[in-house]
Amino acid sequence: MTSTASHHLPRLLEGLHRDGRALSLREHLAYHGPLPPAGRHSPDTALTDLVERSGLRGRGGANFPSARKLASVAAGRGRRVVVANGAEGEPGSAKDKVLLGQAPHLVLDGAAMAAQAVGAAQVIVAALAPSVPALLSAVSERDAQRIDRVRPVVVTVPDRFIAGEESALVNYLNQGPGLPTFVPPRPYERGVGGRPTLVQNVETLSHMALIARHGPDWFRAIGPPEEPGSTLVTVQGALRHPGVYEVARGMRLSELVRHTGGPTAPIQAFLIGGYAGAWLPADAAWDTPLSDAALREQGGTLGAGVVLAFPAGACGVAETARIMTYLAEESAGQCGPCVHGLAAMARATDELARGTARRDVVERLQNWAWQVAGRGACHHPDGAVRMVASALRTFSTDVSAHRQRHVCPGAKGPQTSAARTPAASGRARR
Amino acid sequence: MSWRLRVNPIACEGHGLCAELIPEAITLDDWGYPIIKDGPVPGDLLPHARRAVATCPTLALLLERVPT
Repeated sequence: MTSTASHHLPRLLEGLHRDGRALSLREHLAYHGPLPPAGRHSPDTALTDLVERSGLRGRGGANFPSARKLASVAAGRGRRVVVANGAEGEPGSAKDKVLLGQAPHLVLDGAAMAAQAVGAAQVIVAALAPSVPALLSAVSERDAQRIDRVRPVVVTVPDRFIAGEESALVNYLNQGPGLPTFVPPRPYERGVGGRPTLVQNVETLSHMALIARHGPDWFRAIGPPEEPGSTLVTVQGALRHPGVYEVARGMRLSELVRHTGGPTAPIQAFLIGGYAGAWLPADAAWDTPLSDAALREQGGTLGAGVVLAFPAGACGVAETARIMTYLAEESAGQCGPCVHGLAAMARATDELARGTARRDVVERLQNWAWQVAGRGACHHPDGAVRMVASALRTFSTDVSAHRQRHVCPGAKGPQTSAARTPAASGRARR
Repeated sequence: MSWRLRVNPIACEGHGLCAELIPEAITLDDWGYPIIKDGPVPGDLLPHARRAVATCPTLALLLERVPT
């Protein structure tokens, strides 16, 4: 049953049950084969080297080279800690829930490999409440077969947008309120219990579990050389079959839309990278590859892989106002520029959506965007600001109409908002 | 080696004294929180930077050494 053909997809989502229950350990091993044998307690540099050569980058949103993170933690002093980050706070994202709930052994394999790579004596899996039962049974299955050198501890984390931010997660695991902290020190220097801590997204760890089995060349056989591998995306909006898909990194957006059954309505724009991502007008977006590098060139990001197809006829200004209000409310409330800046921008976009904004609203928003960017302890305000700035570009025609108090019909009609359809249906699709 | 000003935005409460003491390097945003000019602090401003750091009521302003 094992398929190691290098172009074969899916990789991570291989063999998932249609009814959403988790793959058992036996099923998991039948699909993927056993884990390579574990070494001793000291950091296993061979494993870090494999990840380095694979070119794997973090799938939690930051796109940071995973091997560099492994090496930094491995170089730390004292007992090291691995945290599998499944605190998927982005309302539109479901990929981590799919992995934790349906392929928990892949995540746990990845955590075990990472623990081996950095020489960790403690492994924590941080997950939202609905994923916890599947994880706990997976952990006991592994216990019975003595799979893991370090028994993973499953911790339930609050379901909140900011909770998965690296420093916020570490803060929560250290009995704090789960809010971002001032860095440095970063978690790899001083994390859980003050120890060098590897915080790695659960999808990233799952890729590592397969790289350890099949090697870097297998991993690089798909995806662009600078951002190789497959990637999980959560697709929603005006598409026939929304859900979680595994695609080659770098797949063109047009291809992804086809792959997901095609649009249910003409699409005017895409919101890529989640609420803290960026809007792209559909005509410019069709040919854009789904890679972080390509999207950054257009002022966006792939983030954690959330793609919202926004239909013509819906109001992008109203949608932006809703998202901005959400992001302002989800501010941790710690940093002045974030608290006041996002609140001001949420108010202004809301007034714009209602057609009651001041005439200089766009200039004000742009000025605030400039003021707020880069001034929080974490990147929450940066993402919010990027989203608004991209909306002003993408929906410029609607923005000027709203500014002249011609509210478009879409702003009043029933909302197709991602904010209210948690397309986080959690369904994995092939 | 050069020096750079940095603010801990969690600790900062926007008292604004820093911008009074070293306006060449720090301005205030629309809500009274400091915006720090990019780049190293020029040598002749270092005494002012040190005074701003020492005056901050919440100890949120930091003067850090950076390798050049």
